[in-house]
Amino acid sequence: MLENAYIIPLLPGLSFLAILLFGKRIKGGQGAHYIGVPVLAVVWVLSLIAVFGWINRVDDVTPAEEAGVTTTEIAGSSVGTAGDPSSPVVLAAEGEGEAGVEAGGHEAFAEPVTRSATWWSNAGENFRVGTLVDGLSVTLLFVVSTVALLVHIYSIEYVRGDERYTHYYAFLSFFSAAMLFFVLSQNIIQMIVGWELVGVSSFVLIGHWWESLDNSNAAMKAFMTNRVGDVGLLVGMIILYFAAGSFEVPVINEMAASGQIRHLLLLVAAGSLTAAVMSKSGQFPLHTWLPDAMAGPTPVSALIHAATMVVAGVYMVARLYPVFYEGYSIGTSSINGLALLGGFTAFMAAALAFVQWDIKKVLAYSTISQLGYMVMALGVGAWTAAIFHLFTHALFKACLFLGAGSVSHASHHTFDMREMGGLRKVMPHTYKTFVLASLALAGVFPLAGFWSKDEILVGAMRGQQNGYPLMLFFGLLVAFMTAAYMTRVIWYTFWGEYRGHGTPHESPALITGPLWILAGGAVLGGLVNLPSAVADKIGLGGAAHLIETYAEPVRYLDQFSTFSVAAPSLGLALTGLALALGGILAVYLYYWRQLGPHGLTEQNVWARRGYTFLVNKYYLDHLYTGIIARGVRGPVAQAAYWFNQNVIDRIVNLVGDSARETGRWVYTNIDQGVVDGTVNGLSSGAEATGEGLRVIQSGRVQQYGSLLFGAAAVLAIIFTIVI
Amino acid sequence: MLVNQFLILGAVLFCTGVYGVLARRNAVMVLMSIELMLNAVNINLLTFGLVVGSISGQVFALFTIAIAAAEVGVGLALVLLIYRNRSNIDVEELDLMHG
Repeated sequence: MLENAYIIPLLPGLSFLAILLFGKRIKGGQGAHYIGVPVLAVVWVLSLIAVFGWINRVDDVTPAEEAGVTTTEIAGSSVGTAGDPSSPVVLAAEGEGEAGVEAGGHEAFAEPVTRSATWWSNAGENFRVGTLVDGLSVTLLFVVSTVALLVHIYSIEYVRGDERYTHYYAFLSFFSAAMLFFVLSQNIIQMIVGWELVGVSSFVLIGHWWESLDNSNAAMKAFMTNRVGDVGLLVGMIILYFAAGSFEVPVINEMAASGQIRHLLLLVAAGSLTAAVMSKSGQFPLHTWLPDAMAGPTPVSALIHAATMVVAGVYMVARLYPVFYEGYSIGTSSINGLALLGGFTAFMAAALAFVQWDIKKVLAYSTISQLGYMVMALGVGAWTAAIFHLFTHALFKACLFLGAGSVSHASHHTFDMREMGGLRKVMPHTYKTFVLASLALAGVFPLAGFWSKDEILVGAMRGQQNGYPLMLFFGLLVAFMTAAYMTRVIWYTFWGEYRGHGTPHESPALITGPLWILAGGAVLGGLVNLPSAVADKIGLGGAAHLIETYAEPVRYLDQFSTFSVAAPSLGLALTGLALALGGILAVYLYYWRQLGPHGLTEQNVWARRGYTFLVNKYYLDHLYTGIIARGVRGPVAQAAYWFNQNVIDRIVNLVGDSARETGRWVYTNIDQGVVDGTVNGLSSGAEATGEGLRVIQSGRVQQYGSLLFGAAAVLAIIFTIVI
Repeated sequence: MLVNQFLILGAVLFCTGVYGVLARRNAVMVLMSIELMLNAVNINLLTFGLVVGSISGQVFALFTIAIAAAEVGVGLALVLLIYRNRSNIDVEELDLMHG
């Protein structure tokens, strides 16, 4: 499976085409899931096979080294397996062999399995397309295919009866294909292509109900905002290409890690790529599209805008980590752009989540905040923690979004929490799963979020020599805020009295099933990467830190002297837990017990101002549309108008006038004089000839006869004389 | 050799025929003049056939006679119809084709 990983994105791609071509014919356009769901199930199984295949591969390498076999041989043999000559596709294993030899002194590590074919060549440079399978890709494969499968199943019920049901499933498949393609990218060109493809499918699915202007505007906003970051992506990738001389991800990483690229180049490249992370992964200040993207169908929000697509930026940083590590000098500086960006985003989005009334927007800001957490983790050097958090976050946030969808499905299709309330009695399954996922998000022991969040905090505390105190502060603050705003959501949605209309009811099993599966993931997800101290104690041992063991790019991280998996700190874990519980308790007291300062915004002018500031989302939208867009639009439009009136119009008028003059001259002189004259002359000549010849057409046979004979006689005489 | 005499006879006959065709106003006379011209041609054919020593001249003469018979048949039929329609056969008056 590792060599043939290209099948994984290929299958949903084919399913996309099949649904487009035949989807409308199955059950009158309501049966597209008969294609989509089985294909995704197969993809999920294949991803699982890939995960186990990778685990086996790593296991095969490690004991061999212990047995005294040299690294070189292992590296050589692994390249040999990959380079099966019977395969029609050229298998690329550039640089791996030598790297293995170079790293002879290092610990053995499993080579990523790459396989690629030439896409096109230009000017001696081969542009390749292929797959790169390593621990990071299989982690993402598993996350993407799991959530995509569950969302496919969930959508059967949620989107049932929609007039564009087929279209919806087609693009769900398209997105899955694009995301899997992106995750398996072997070179940066392929990454750019995958990046844009997921952007397009996001655009299409946000605007699924485009009849409403808001929805199509939200789709447009998402697309446009992402374009801003895409410029950074292009610039960064181009810099990397010219710096490393190759598009291949392993080559770029190798060169960046071994210091063969100048630091300044890496810094500029990392900075440009960070712009791409800002847009795709919703980091400040380009996060504004993500809450608006909630205009799309809820399963789409769960899949694209919570679990998978928005982590593309995080994935990209993790994939090209040496570039960022060296570029931002992570590990030697006490603060860097990436960590600051992530930490600040986490904080500011968490603050915004408090004032939203739309349940999906709360979750959207929570997603931004958690993405900020991941970026911060990468920024402080806690690579493993970031990927671990990506994994757990995908599970519990998808569960939360699907739960919000279930609530809306049951209560008259609203997402406004002011029209909910008291739903815990009528929707027990949704309530339980939502609470479990919220606790996981808040980081309550022993759910998934606790472990991953704790690892990030540990990374912030132990990163580089002196830790990142500011990041640690942000992290702890956000842990408190996260717990608090999620408790607020639960209060408004599930407790109190029902404030909406209609009779709410529990959703059917097609919706609660995926909810329970994801809630199970939210509870148990932490087992994937427990700290070894804990894992040993409960007897799981090595099985319980899979990401650390199998996904870490040991090969590069080894070269970063300061990097290591930070030892967990009991004190920090307890602090984080206490803050989370404190957040829950505070909100509990505030809403359930009606304690604390209620009506603060009415009484205190500063509180009201702060509230207005948050409700207006820091006025960022005003800044973009009002100031930047209008500021650019006004002068540009005026200049364009002036240019239009004075330059273009003048040229056009000049051309028109001269054309008219030319036309007139041609008319009088050439057309009337020459052409008409010729034609008239010809016709009057013909007329005169006819008049002349008319005379001899007397109609008398004998006259004709005399002419005939006369002419014959003349000819005869001429012939006689001449011959 | 009597070739010249024969040719002169043919020429005289032909010219008579031409004159008849061009000058006579009676359609029947015109037809008869055409017969004269044809026979003048026949004499020419026979004469040259004799000079060359080939039978082709006589064969062509026979063809001409056969076709002349047909032509006279058609011509007289036309004349008859013209007479029925217009009660005279003056070719001078048959000028419907004038331009």
